[in-house]
Amino acid sequence: MSYAAGAVAALLAVAGSLTLVRIIRGPSTLDRMVATDVLLAITVAAIAAEAAYTRDGTALPVLVVLSILGFTSSVGVARFVGRERR
Amino acid sequence: MSAGPVVDAVAAGCLIGGALLSLSAGVALLRFPDLLSRMHAATKPQVLGLLLVLVGCGLRLRTGGDIATLLLIGAFQLATAPVAAHMIGRAGYRDRQADSELLLTDELAPVIDQLDRR
Repeated sequence: MSYAAGAVAALLAVAGSLTLVRIIRGPSTLDRMVATDVLLAITVAAIAAEAAYTRDGTALPVLVVLSILGFTSSVGVARFVGRERR
Repeated sequence: MSAGPVVDAVAAGCLIGGALLSLSAGVALLRFPDLLSRMHAATKPQVLGLLLVLVGCGLRLRTGGDIATLLLIGAFQLATAPVAAHMIGRAGYRDRQADSELLLTDELAPVIDQLDRR
């Protein structure tokens, strides 16, 4: 299990770094929002993987809040972008 | 009680599969050319990758309360990710980020033309 945990941590770290590059470069605000959503999903996956590795479910309520409220930022920014250009 | 290592191995496989889907989304976000194809790539870790990780987590934790919490996480993620994707796609279309040569068909454009002519 520790090999698997190391592999998962490395994969998620690389994925998060690539997503961060897109957030920094991404030509438009909407590209950045898509990348932010992906980064949030990667964060949720990382916390869940940590809970699986340590067999400790303490962090799981955080994931419930993230999965309920994670979409509000993209909805808000999408509305904002729509208003801005009109 | 000899099923424990097997279940752990299945859980490790699920976790690695979810992490690989996240990595594929990271690579695709960098390499794909426009907003809509990046949105297509973004759905992989948001739905299948996250569900695989949650299944792996549930196989490791194996207690009723934790599995109920994991089911809640999966249900909320499945309910909210399409809303965010819909809003971003709509804002992108109105922002003219969608009409590039990469689109094969644009079924919304004739409808908008028709509405404008009224």
